[in-house]
Amino acid sequence: MSEKTLTPAPESAAPRRERPRVRLAGLRDFALIPAIVVIAVVGRIVHPIFLQPDNLINILQTMSEISLLVLAQTIVLVAGRMDLSLESTFGLAPGVAAWLTVAVGSGAGLGVLPGVWAIPVTLAVGALIGAINALLIVRFGLNGFIVTLGMLIVLRGLLTGISGGQTFFNLPPSMLYLGSALWLGVPASIWLCLLLFAFGVVLLGFTRYGRALYAIGGNVDAAKAAGIRTGRVLWTALVGASLLAALGGLLLSGRLASVAAGQGDGAIFTVFAAAVIGGVSLNGGKGTVFGAFTGILLLYMIQNVLTLAGVPAQWIQALNGAIILIALILSRLTGGKVQE
Amino acid sequence: MAADPAPAPVVEAVGVTKRYGETVALDRAGIQVMPGRTHALVGRNGAGKSTLVSILTGLTSPDEGEVRFGGEPAPRPADRDAWRRRVACVYQKSTIIPELTVAENLYLHRHDLNRFGLVRWGALRRKAAALLAGWSVDVDVRLPAGELDVEQRQFVEIARALSFGARFIILDEPTAQLDAAAIARLFTRIRALQEQGVTFLFISHHLQEIYEICDTVTVFRDARHILTTAVADLSHAELVAAMAGEATGLTAALPRASVPADAGEVLGVRGLSYGDAYREVDLRVRAGEIVGLAGAAASGRTELAETVAGLRAADSGAIEVAGRRPRPGSVPDALAAGVGFVPRDRHHQGFVPMMSIADNATMTVPERLGEAGLISGRRRDRLARTLITNLAIKTPGPGLPVTGLSGGNQQKVVMARALASDPRLLVLITPTAGVDVKSKEFLLGKVEETASGGSGVLIASDELDDLRLCDRLLVMFQGRLVTEMAAGWHDHDVVAAMEGVRLDTPDASDAPYTPDAPDTLDAPDAPDV
Repeated sequence: MSEKTLTPAPESAAPRRERPRVRLAGLRDFALIPAIVVIAVVGRIVHPIFLQPDNLINILQTMSEISLLVLAQTIVLVAGRMDLSLESTFGLAPGVAAWLTVAVGSGAGLGVLPGVWAIPVTLAVGALIGAINALLIVRFGLNGFIVTLGMLIVLRGLLTGISGGQTFFNLPPSMLYLGSALWLGVPASIWLCLLLFAFGVVLLGFTRYGRALYAIGGNVDAAKAAGIRTGRVLWTALVGASLLAALGGLLLSGRLASVAAGQGDGAIFTVFAAAVIGGVSLNGGKGTVFGAFTGILLLYMIQNVLTLAGVPAQWIQALNGAIILIALILSRLTGGKVQE
Repeated sequence: MAADPAPAPVVEAVGVTKRYGETVALDRAGIQVMPGRTHALVGRNGAGKSTLVSILTGLTSPDEGEVRFGGEPAPRPADRDAWRRRVACVYQKSTIIPELTVAENLYLHRHDLNRFGLVRWGALRRKAAALLAGWSVDVDVRLPAGELDVEQRQFVEIARALSFGARFIILDEPTAQLDAAAIARLFTRIRALQEQGVTFLFISHHLQEIYEICDTVTVFRDARHILTTAVADLSHAELVAAMAGEATGLTAALPRASVPADAGEVLGVRGLSYGDAYREVDLRVRAGEIVGLAGAAASGRTELAETVAGLRAADSGAIEVAGRRPRPGSVPDALAAGVGFVPRDRHHQGFVPMMSIADNATMTVPERLGEAGLISGRRRDRLARTLITNLAIKTPGPGLPVTGLSGGNQQKVVMARALASDPRLLVLITPTAGVDVKSKEFLLGKVEETASGGSGVLIASDELDDLRLCDRLLVMFQGRLVTEMAAGWHDHDVVAAMEGVRLDTPDASDAPYTPDAPDTLDAPDAPDV
C-alpha cells in the first residue's frame, strides 16, 4: 500500500500549534559571532596591531593545536561521552615518538627508530590510547569520566617516566615539519586545523555516521532501535578523538621544536570551556563543530587582547578562568536555555 | 471488515512461554490479531502484556512457542529491518531523540544521501513533510522533536512505523498521558487508519476506551491467556472478572476488633482541593482505625495522601492532625504533628540508596540522635537496631547500605523510617509495591500492629491486598470520593468502583460512557513483567 493512495484523515492532528518561532537551534551555532565581533572591535581599540594579518595568523596558530583537542572533545561529547585523557595523549603521543627517535645522548632519547617513523609512531600511540579507552568504556561498560580521568593520570605519568621529567630536543625533521612549515605563506598547522574543522562540520552535520553520534548522545535506546551499531560508533569516535589529540600534540611539538614533559598539562579545562561556550552539551546529543570552533576562537582572541593590553603574564591565568565564566554567563543569556 | 472468508491473522503467537529465572512471564499464552481490526490486550500488572509485546516486536525470543506474521514464520531476531516492516510499537516511553528534528527522527539512519555519501537535508525534510502530510499529521518537521507534546510525538511515531511498511501497530497505553480532547483525536486517527487497512493492538488500563475503540479483546492474567472475544459480547462485569480472577472472591482478612466509638480523631480533612488532582475531599481517621483510600493511578489518591504528609500544599480546605494544624506543604510540620509517611516510590522518595540502614531509618528523627545538631553514631545505631529488630529487617548490621537489601527489606527500612517518630497517624502510599509475598504479609501485619497501638492509618493504594485489612474503604474516582465500603467488600465491587464502572448495568454497550475517565486498574507507569 502506498502512502499516496490513502485518503487523508478528516481532522488535522494538532491544530493548536501555530507556525514555529525563529529556529533557535540553527541560530545557536552563530551565537558567539556577535561576541567575536565585539572582541575584534575592542581589540582594535586596545591596540591597532590586533586586526593586522600577522596578529590574526598568530592567534590562529596559537590556537591551532589545542583546537584539535576541542574538535576531538566535541565529537566525544556529542556522542554523550567525555574524554579527559585527550590532554595527556596530546603530550604522550609525540613524547613516545621523540623518545624512540631522538638520538642517544640527547636527553632521554633512545634512538631506536629512524626519524621518519616519528609521525606514524605518534598516530599509532594516539590510536592505541583511544582503543584502550574504548575497550574500558564501551566493551567493559566502565564510567567514561573515571576511566579517562585515570588514563589522564597514567599517561601523564608515562610521559614523565620516559622523559625523566626532561624536555626532548633535537627532534627529527619529520616531527618539525607540520608545526613549522608555511603553506602559501600561512603556517601549515592553521591549514590543517581549518581543514579538519571543515571535515568535522561535514562529518557531524552531513553523514550518517555523524548523525548516529547525535542519536547516541540524545537517546541511546532510540539509536539502537533505529539500527545504529552504537558500540561500533563509539569505538570509532573515541579512537578518532585520540588520533586528533595525537596530531595536535605533533603540531605543537613541531612548532616548539621540543616535547616538554608537561605538554598539554591543564589544557583539558580550556577544551571543555571552549566546547561548552560553543554550545556543545555535556549531556550529549547537542552542539556543532562550528559552534565549538567559535568557542575556542573567542577564548584565544580574548587572551590575545589581554596580552596586547599589557596585562602582566602572572595575571593571565586568573583572567582566563574569569573569561570562561563570563563567556558561559553570556552564552547562557544569549542562548536562553539552562546549560546542561 | 470480515469481507474475506478466511483471512490469515496479521500476527499470531501460539503457545508462547517465557521465563525470567524463576518467574514465568508467559505460560503457553497466545494471541491472534485479524487484519483491519483494533484488538485490545488487557490485564493487570504482571499479567504478561509487556512480555508479549516484546515478543511480538522481536525484542525478546520466546522460550517455547512461535510467532507468525500473515501465516509466515517470524524473521530472525537479528533481522531488525524485517521485523520493522511487519510490526511497530509506540511505547509510553518515547523512542525519539529530543535534540534532533522531527524530520531526522523519522528517517534516522535512513537519511537520503547524495552521490558523495552526504545527507541531503532538503530532500530529507521534504520526504518527512510528505510522509506526515500523507497521514495528515500536522507537525512542522523542522522542529526539534523534544518540543512536541505527547500527542504529536505519538502521531510522529505512528507515521514513522507506517513509513517502514508496517501495517500492524501496537499502541502501549497511548492514552495514559493524554487529555480527553487528545484522546478523541487519537481515536479519530485510529479509526481513519483502520479504514485504510492498518491493524492495531491496543493496550490500555482504561476499560471504557476499549469498549469505544476496539472490536476484539484479549485478557491475560497471571502470565496466561484467559479469553479472546468480540468486545460487544463481553459485559463490563465479565471483563473485570476475567481480569481480577474468580479465585480471589471474598476478603480473606481476619476480622479486626472494631474501633471504639469514642476513639479520638487523628486526621480530619475538610473541603480539601488540589488543582486538577482532587476536589472537595472530606475524610476522618480515628485513633486505631485503618482507612483505605482506593483509586486508580489518576484518581487523586496519591496526591491526597501526599498532601496529608505535607509534600503538597492544598489550594483550599484544612487538614487537622491529632488536634494540630500543620502548615500546608511543610513536611517538618507534618512530622512534628505526628505524621509518619511511606511515600509512593521508595527509590525516589523512600531512602537514600548509598546511605546505611541506620542513617535512612533514623532520618526523620535527628533530634533524638544527639544534642546541638550533632549526631551520635552510637545513639543512632542503638535506635536503628531497635527498628531493625522490630521490623525483622534481614541485615548483618545497621551499617549496611540500603542498596544491599532486597526489595522487601528496603521497604521495611522505609517503614522503619515512618515508624521511627512514633507517629499518631501513619500515611502509606502503595506500601507493598514490588515486594515479595512474605514481606508483604509482614508489612501489613506491622500496619495492623501500629493501628492496635492507637495510631490512625491511611493507606492509599490500588492493590486489593493492601486494602483488605482496612476498617473502612474510601474509593476515589476522578478526584472525588465516590464510595465508602465497610470491611468485607467484594473484590469486583472495588475494582469496578475504581474503574468508574457500574456493575449493575446488564448490557455493556448501555453503560454510560465518560470519554475522559481516567479509570485505570493500576498505575500505568508501573513496569509489568
